[in-house]
Amino acid sequence: MRSYLLPDFLVQVSDACIGCGRCVRECSFSALEMSGKRPKANHARCVACRRCVVFCPTGAISVQRNQVASRDNAYWPVALRSDLLRQAQTGGILLAGAGNDLAYPSIWDHLLLDASQVTNPSIDPLREPMEVTTFLGSKPAALRVAESATGELHLETELPPQLRLDTPIIIGAMSLGAVNLNVHRILARAAQAAGTLWNCGEGGLHEELYPFGPQTIVQVASGRFGVHRHYLEQAAAVEIKMGQGAKPGIGGHLPGEKVTAEIAATRMIPEGADALSPAPHHDIYSIEDLAQLVGALKQATNYSKPVGVKIAAVHHVAAIASGAARAGADFITIDGFRGGTGAAPKVVRNHMGIPIELALAAVDDRLRQEGIRNQVTLIASGGIRCSADMVKAIALGADLVAIGTAALISLGCTLCQACYTGRCAWGLTTQDPALAARQNVEEGVERLGNLLNAWSAELKEMLGALGINAVESLRGNRERLRAVGLDGETLAILGVQAAGRE
Amino acid sequence: MSLSASPAVELDATGLHYQELNARLATLAAAGSRRLVVRNVLGQRFIGTGLPGEVELELHGTPGEDLGAFLDGPTLRVFGNAQNAAGNTMSSGLIIIHGAAGDIVGHSMRGGQIWVQGSAGYRVGIHMKACPNGGPAVIVGGSAGDFLGEYMAGGVLIVLGLANGDNGRLVGNWLGTGMHGGAIYVRGEFPGYRIGRGAGQAPCDDGDRALLRAYLGPYCAEFGLDLEQVLASPFTKLAPLTARPYGRLYAGSVGEL
Repeated sequence: MRSYLLPDFLVQVSDACIGCGRCVRECSFSALEMSGKRPKANHARCVACRRCVVFCPTGAISVQRNQVASRDNAYWPVALRSDLLRQAQTGGILLAGAGNDLAYPSIWDHLLLDASQVTNPSIDPLREPMEVTTFLGSKPAALRVAESATGELHLETELPPQLRLDTPIIIGAMSLGAVNLNVHRILARAAQAAGTLWNCGEGGLHEELYPFGPQTIVQVASGRFGVHRHYLEQAAAVEIKMGQGAKPGIGGHLPGEKVTAEIAATRMIPEGADALSPAPHHDIYSIEDLAQLVGALKQATNYSKPVGVKIAAVHHVAAIASGAARAGADFITIDGFRGGTGAAPKVVRNHMGIPIELALAAVDDRLRQEGIRNQVTLIASGGIRCSADMVKAIALGADLVAIGTAALISLGCTLCQACYTGRCAWGLTTQDPALAARQNVEEGVERLGNLLNAWSAELKEMLGALGINAVESLRGNRERLRAVGLDGETLAILGVQAAGRE
Repeated sequence: MSLSASPAVELDATGLHYQELNARLATLAAAGSRRLVVRNVLGQRFIGTGLPGEVELELHGTPGEDLGAFLDGPTLRVFGNAQNAAGNTMSSGLIIIHGAAGDIVGHSMRGGQIWVQGSAGYRVGIHMKACPNGGPAVIVGGSAGDFLGEYMAGGVLIVLGLANGDNGRLVGNWLGTGMHGGAIYVRGEFPGYRIGRGAGQAPCDDGDRALLRAYLGPYCAEFGLDLEQVLASPFTKLAPLTARPYGRLYAGSVGEL
């Protein structure tokens, strides 16, 4: 069948080209090949990952959008029509990588933070102590303090397990399979250096990274890949993955081609076999069932570490979060509809779920109304792009945020969305050893570490400007947020006033 | 598979919450007890979870949900019925049930064995996997409910239909749906419409018969069955039609205009 599709991008090579062939070697999508002394482009294969442009020693390459004219049509955009043609030619479900890229409004961009002026002086974080230490774990409703005979005070209340983080940012779940072992090495080491946690995702934890257990949240998902006694024992915390913002309500298929010997050993499945994560957990069809798995995991880890639940932000997220809290979760990760993925049906990624901002506000409200907010640490994830998003999330009620896409961008990701092909030119979402080797672990740790440090520094700057000296005082402090351009219903859900209101 | 010669420690589970019972078992195991006999078990969950590999537990009564969840080594011998999710995500060890079992027996297990004397409920062996170092097995003496071996990715499921009280129905519907590894053996025949998408009947050859003999020998010894008599009836084998049941569900990759 003849394809009616046109290339999305055009690769152009200028006269500055010295014919070194670097671009050809860098292009993992075979969009470039040498033709004589010059690279020749197969435009259709270009995903605009920018790898060739960044690495061309003479700056001879540029990539342009293929601007073939068609009659303007605001209702039938070119991208949508291309998808229709692709489906007409294949009959398959269209896949996509990374997060939802459609132009839904971003509520973060309609929220602004307060700042101190005159009567409520700001604090200079460069010379005043600024507390951003965050504890992950269930908090008791009340504390009992007793005084000993010698007058010393001590805590009588037995605290549930707590994890101390030096900053309210953790690295969100990305599985071995979605990303490669080199990336996991970077995430683990960067988390350790920053005094925070990373999440190994649902594909198990490579044995080499077991020493990073104290920095690791391990996942238990519907496929139960790599879940065994030692996996649970070495972890800092365990997260039951019920949902993912990029693909709420559905599971995942890691195709057999990606199940290398390394992945197979870690996931504990045969090499080359499809790794199917079913949509639901086979043992969870109710909150009571969820409570049973939370209980089983607490029993398996001897009640020594937090056990949490990750849910996608969907319509009834507040009720679901309340159920998860009552099921014994010590923390709840809410993953918004902008969250990333290694592969998801495009239609699901682009059209299912709700924004994290609204979900977070609704969950925080519900848990407060029910008097159980203290029982869980709330983690907001799914499209946290910068420290401002983080600060706004904390003001809306999050205890901390998890970043995935932002972490990958720090390592070179250009959001070309070809993760599902396994050909990532930046060596992130690929199991090809030659491509994975493009991620230098030490350099990656430095890049991601720099990002985490920069966000933490910016957090302190913003707290100082707000006149707050501890991140805890910002948590759920929606009075410090104002909105521009949001309707009344959205303001009511957010619990935020319009800018200009006293 | 009899209990070893070391002296047994007895425990009475009457009135004990599961957390208390499991804590006592863990304490005894940590102190070196290797044989633990628990009487009057009544619904306590997660028994065996987190215990070290050398421990043998004898449970009298009805253990609760998730018996031996994440089990890694111990032998659990139940004199009574088990509830749902026995052997959930277990890695190794042996669960023997002198009675019937509930739903999702051996969910996602990747090693060890579960022997049920009587019948078992729905979704037995769902998403079982073959670990790199050896596959799991679930043997059900009676009948099994719907979705037996659904999403099965490895290991062996055997249904004998011996203590069959369900009007002669050996297995339920949607048998082996989405199966992409492992094998299911059913002693006897059943209508083809019960087989789900992804699974298909395969001939039971000498290799299969040797495998059945190896698995069923210790099972029959445990429950006082005549191995030769059990093996005398023909078995129906089910195997995955492909290791990639959903390989063609998606459109082609980048560059395939």
